[in-house]
Amino acid sequence: MAFQIVSSQCTACGACEFECPSGAIKFKGETYIIDAKKCTECEGAFDTQQCAQVCPVPKTCIPLKH
Amino acid sequence: MLSLDAIAPVIDLDAMRAKLSEGGCKSSACGSSAKPDDMDPAVWERIKDHPCYSEEAHHYFARMHVAVAPACNIQCNYCNRKYDCANESRPGVVSEKLTPDQALRKVIAVANEVPQLSVLGIAGPGDACYDWKRTKATFEAVSAEIPDVKLCISTNGLALPDHVDELAAMNVDHVTITINMVDPEIGAKIYPWIFYQHRRWTGVEASRILHERQMQGLEMLTARGILTKINSVMIPGVNDDHLVEVNRWVKERGAFLHNVMPLISEAEHGTHFGLTGQRGPTAMELKALQDRLDGGAKLMRHCRQCRADAVGLLGEDRGQEFTLDQLPEVVSYDPAKREAYREVVARERGDHVAAKSVADAAVRAAVTGGSMLVAVATKGGGRVNEHFGHAREFQVYEASPKGIVFVGHRKVDQYCMGGFGEDATLTGVIAALEGVDVVLCAKIGDCPKDDLAAAGIRASDDHAHDYIETAILALVAETFGAALEPMTA
Ligand code: SF4
Ligand code: SF4
Ligand code: SF4
Repeated sequence: MAFQIVSSQCTACGACEFECPSGAIKFKGETYIIDAKKCTECEGAFDTQQCAQVCPVPKTCIPLKH
Repeated sequence: MLSLDAIAPVIDLDAMRAKLSEGGCKSSACGSSAKPDDMDPAVWERIKDHPCYSEEAHHYFARMHVAVAPACNIQCNYCNRKYDCANESRPGVVSEKLTPDQALRKVIAVANEVPQLSVLGIAGPGDACYDWKRTKATFEAVSAEIPDVKLCISTNGLALPDHVDELAAMNVDHVTITINMVDPEIGAKIYPWIFYQHRRWTGVEASRILHERQMQGLEMLTARGILTKINSVMIPGVNDDHLVEVNRWVKERGAFLHNVMPLISEAEHGTHFGLTGQRGPTAMELKALQDRLDGGAKLMRHCRQCRADAVGLLGEDRGQEFTLDQLPEVVSYDPAKREAYREVVARERGDHVAAKSVADAAVRAAVTGGSMLVAVATKGGGRVNEHFGHAREFQVYEASPKGIVFVGHRKVDQYCMGGFGEDATLTGVIAALEGVDVVLCAKIGDCPKDDLAAAGIRASDDHAHDYIETAILALVAETFGAALEPMTA
């Protein structure tokens, strides 16, 4: 499981990038994206997903749908 | 007489050199420090070139902001980080975010072109203390190239205590903290959430943490002798009365200045307050609150609520001239213009101070009761030197038994666009001048003059190019009929 960023809503503030404990978030083009292979959903590091907690735009860092 | 007017529109190095070689300044106060009587000389040294910390300095010096720190750790109900518009002037708004390298390039380009530049600030969008790595990298790079630029940051205070020591080590001498409440119950109406210690907090609990961190940060700065300015957003019905309390708290903790700013909340900005119809205060409501705060922490009344990428004198924004795509790839700093400008200002300033104190004393003596509000169109240098139709703002002064006191500014839409005055705009200008008795400007046509008169506002261009205080003294003399001898500038 992993998180993803809804790029159309991202303000490119970068807060999620430096809060991510797994180094899974990078700036690409116009927006930030989550590398699903690196994302741990913050398990073992924090109780809550840091990207979702810090993101200023509601429902922008959300669980990846399969 | 030295005059910045001659060189103000396009400040060019040769013109400044010519002015300087004219030498001989007539005023006996030439070279005086312009220091207000009630200020410690050491403090004056630190603020005399800072347009935000010294009302007097803002006639001469300019700031620039670089938007390098877009990440934020709290949400405010008056902020919407999705929004940006090049024509919008309000805090937090930017057209382009910069990396620290791009910021350095921009600062050097501006320092080469804008000799008034004295301050570099990082003021959003986002929080300079939270987005710390980028803030720090930018400050370090710039001060290595231009050591005499003053560094200044704005913060919401949440992450501030973590960085006070580094700020002190980097010589950051001016820190602004936005403090809108000391009562977390009120805070809960302003801040929906904060992000702290790896989780999101909401409600009163969030505001309590924010409040404690703000007070701690302020106390730490005061202990290290760093000058602090407290910005408070006045939100009618939410924290307007409460700001009296805020003023007391911050004064007790050593705040240097308190800047109460009106809430800006147009629906189209998409902020929470904008959408819920929370209104901002009128200019006269703001002034009434500021008058109530008089005697507490010293008030800043010349804040322009600038864009977070503004460049130039307060009240002007040359940001659009310095967007990344217009900057040379490689820049190197040339101090010539800034140095020459400082010399011109040092002389002009002594002269202005002398004229100002004469006018101030004469007004005190002549006005025994009542007061007169005067709105001035100026483009810098402390003079009445802007056309009515070109003014984007008016600086408002009050002449009363207390002398001549600067009380604030009123923003307006430029009335004269390409030669035509638009009636609708003039109506807006008249509304913005609510409460003002007289308008002083360098030039005004008969039509707007008549319309202003119909609205009860006298307009005059008789005192064009005089120092503002000298012109106000002349007005007072006309109005109160006193036998006064205005000093000529
Ligand atoms: S859920 Fe955690 S690990 Fe995954 S991207 Fe977000 S912050 Fe990084
Ligand atoms: S925190 Fe949200 S808005 Fe900011 S960069 Fe990450 S996804 Fe985009
Ligand atoms: S917003 Fe106010 S304090 Fe900040 S630079 Fe503008 S005038 Fe100065």
